[in-house]
Amino acid sequence: MNDLTPDSAARAAKLKGLGCSRKRVEDVRFTQGKGNYVDDIKLPDMLFGDFVRSPYAHARIKSINIDAAMALPGVIAVLTAKDLEPLGLHWMPTLAGDKQMVLADGKVLFQGQEVAFVIAEDRYINADAIELVEVEYEELPVLTDANKAMDADAVVLREDLAGQTSGAHGERRHHNHIFRWEAGDEAATNEVLEAADVVVEETVYYHRTHPCPLETCGSVASMDKTTGKLTLWGTFQAPHVVRTVASLISGIEEHNIRVISPDIGGGFGNKVGVYPGYVCSIVASIVTGRPVKWVEDRMDNLMATAFARDYWMKGKISATKEGKITGLHCHVVADHGAFDACADPTKFPAGFMSICTGSYDIPTAWLGVDGVYTNKAPGGVSYRCSFRVTEAAYFIERMIEVLAIELGMDAAELRAKNFIAKDQFPYESALGWEYDSGDYHTAWTKALKAVGYDDLRAEQAERIEAFKRGETRKLLGIGLSHFTEIVGAGPVKNCDILGMGMFDSCEIRIHPTGSAVARFGTISQGQGHATTFAQILASEIGIAADSITVEEGDTDTAPYGLGTYGSRTTPVAGAAAAMAGRKIRAKAQMIAAYLLEVHDGDLEWDVDRFVVKGAPEQFKTMTEIAYASYNQAIPGLEPGLEAVSYYDPPNMTYPFGAYICVMEIDVDTGTHEIRQFYALDDCGTRINPMIIEGQIHGGLTEALAIAMGQEIAYDDIGNVKTGTLMDFFLPTAWETPTYTTDFTETPSPHHPIGAKGVGESPNVGGVPAFSNAVHDAFRPFGLKQAHMPHDHWRVWKIANDLGLHTQG
Amino acid sequence: MSKMQIKLTVNGRERELLAEPRELLIHLLREELNLTGPHIGCDTSHCGACTVEMDGKSVKSCTVFAAQANGAEVTTIEGLAEPGSLNVLQSAFREHHGLQCGFCTPGMITRAHRLLQENPDPSEEEVRFGMAGNLCRCTGYQNIVKSILAAATELNAAKEAAE
Repeated sequence: MNDLTPDSAARAAKLKGLGCSRKRVEDVRFTQGKGNYVDDIKLPDMLFGDFVRSPYAHARIKSINIDAAMALPGVIAVLTAKDLEPLGLHWMPTLAGDKQMVLADGKVLFQGQEVAFVIAEDRYINADAIELVEVEYEELPVLTDANKAMDADAVVLREDLAGQTSGAHGERRHHNHIFRWEAGDEAATNEVLEAADVVVEETVYYHRTHPCPLETCGSVASMDKTTGKLTLWGTFQAPHVVRTVASLISGIEEHNIRVISPDIGGGFGNKVGVYPGYVCSIVASIVTGRPVKWVEDRMDNLMATAFARDYWMKGKISATKEGKITGLHCHVVADHGAFDACADPTKFPAGFMSICTGSYDIPTAWLGVDGVYTNKAPGGVSYRCSFRVTEAAYFIERMIEVLAIELGMDAAELRAKNFIAKDQFPYESALGWEYDSGDYHTAWTKALKAVGYDDLRAEQAERIEAFKRGETRKLLGIGLSHFTEIVGAGPVKNCDILGMGMFDSCEIRIHPTGSAVARFGTISQGQGHATTFAQILASEIGIAADSITVEEGDTDTAPYGLGTYGSRTTPVAGAAAAMAGRKIRAKAQMIAAYLLEVHDGDLEWDVDRFVVKGAPEQFKTMTEIAYASYNQAIPGLEPGLEAVSYYDPPNMTYPFGAYICVMEIDVDTGTHEIRQFYALDDCGTRINPMIIEGQIHGGLTEALAIAMGQEIAYDDIGNVKTGTLMDFFLPTAWETPTYTTDFTETPSPHHPIGAKGVGESPNVGGVPAFSNAVHDAFRPFGLKQAHMPHDHWRVWKIANDLGLHTQG
Repeated sequence: MSKMQIKLTVNGRERELLAEPRELLIHLLREELNLTGPHIGCDTSHCGACTVEMDGKSVKSCTVFAAQANGAEVTTIEGLAEPGSLNVLQSAFREHHGLQCGFCTPGMITRAHRLLQENPDPSEEEVRFGMAGNLCRCTGYQNIVKSILAAATELNAAKEAAE
């Protein structure tokens, strides 16, 4: 190497590869208002479609009269189930093996359900026409309590399933039962519980909430009758799966469907599902021969598309009197609403709830989940988490706390006593998962030290004394959480959606002058894929990230992939990027060998070039190699430099973290102030620290919302009480605290670059940290368990029930 | 429904249009003028994705009738900088990672622009309070606040240098 050649480190820095807080390439467009979201799409002659929705949670439809609506100028058509029936589209398959009404077929099963689809020249005429559609209903008894769904006298919701004693996931034990799913050994667990020194029982409810991205769901369908090609733009977290589903249910051959996910204004799981609006926009475009747009308003979004959680988790945990956990028993009643439209891998109807042994070495465990129907909206998506992992983490992190109370032991110490030790990895959990890697003790110790845990406990003890003396009305809560996730679904051998294996893909094409385009089967909803995928590739192929264009979301150009949710993008598509990059490098090595007239084994890779071993002045850069691949006839090699990888991960990845929340609670008003929030995350190899930190901030704020006020609440007759942002809590800048982030780095042993995924960790770990802080504040006064969300009223009620208002 | 004539200035350009009396300003901007920077996030004036400036005030254009903007001067995100270039706030949002999905960003930056006119040297608390009408689901606000404070510092330094 001569003096003019920068050294390896300087050249590596120029690539802006792994570990660089590279500024995002997306931001130049977004900050200028030049994003292109689905509602920004405007096509010639485009019509607008919207729904007549049910005001009732459970009712029979006696009649639908569309005459007055049709008479309104500008109304093109009003579709009902009767119109869709000849096409076989009045019902559609769900991702969970159930079926769902596209438009109400004889009855409605939840408030806000789609009853008729109005197609009009613009959205104002459409709104008028919706008012003119007359629907006559006969009200039926309403079931909103999941715990009563399987009562003998419970009202029958799904008459279409009459007599079906088995469903997609086995036996149905009741007319409102969907499935029973089990993991672990119940008999062995019961034995352990019976023999144990200490057993605690608790019911932990993780309430119904909603991902509520700022952009609602929508689609634009355009059927070109000349070419027979359907183009569908939409808010799709999994565009390729949408294409396959659209083909299966419409009968249009898959090559004649082009699905495009344009920019997506946040997803958080809301945009994984397939919704009646998508189907109706397609049908409407086919029927009218014109493009049709459907975009939800916020109330539609909160009422009808994809709720999350709603798990009643009944737990028993046992331990020795020294605090060594011996067994865990968990039974869940899962409220799936009117149709089972959960978005989980097919073989996992309760997602990965069986990660509920958490970060702990629990030798014996059992989990049973009963899914039931109620008169609520369908969904059950993973709101910023891998499949049901937030529910699992919340459950175990509450059970640990109640066990600590029973044992009279400090909850931080109890955790440390039961962590899976570093040398136990890879660790086989009692519920069947192989945890790939972890170092929980190191993370925990670092976290406790960072917040000054012992001092906090001393301060808390003083505060309680001061409170008892009447000197303060504020309590101090220290919320602990150590979570383990399971993300990156997943191995094709056990993970699929509608039969499609959950691999993902990357295709790279190197241009003659040494820049590149890379396409993926995933789709960003704000995660910054265009920035970070280029960084992975830059480190693999030695081309600067700034010279790599990343494209996703167009099924006509991108390779097939299962999309972005469940923190699967980095573990799966990120791995595909590395593997495709390595294929490029392997070919580049042969080209370099030819150019340098050496054996390819005599070359070594150095950041952005191949160098002859022992002769550093002889090298070929990737730019030179790329050019040569297009202009030289190299014996035995095809021209060009491109590669594709479809990556089937050998295992999931298991990110983990330690979060601590310090919260002041005003006993008389139920209000809180978050004094400190410390979040340590271990997501393995870190690709872009700036983006990781941003993801942690965002996920923690969603966790704050869920724990402290956000819910989809129903009254007894199934009215949605939280249908607007007036009632559905989204924190503002004012309520949101400042977070401190930290990390340890335990690379995944099976991922090509050791990365594990991070976007959802803060929601998974954050909810228990916030909730445990509230519990911890009242623990000295006898509180064991209080259901979320901990809004001001409910916190005031805790204080009141504990008699703290009369003492003061 | 009969339409009325509306004359307004948008991003420095005079426009004359016909609109129904019930038409919302956000629809006029997005559908008639193809200014799709401002977005619709909630319909109830909570989220602020539709924030624009009208006669020197931040307004949520989903709860303003187009007719109310008759004679007004309106600025959207598209009018804050020369096309193809970023102003100080836009650069600060990029530099400090103040955005993720980008959906709230146009409204957020438009509001921040007005906030810094109202209060050129805000404290963190004043920024948080002054931005509380704009919701973001991705960032947790920490880097938005950082971006706005950084922009204020830069703008004030430039002003001082000019004096």
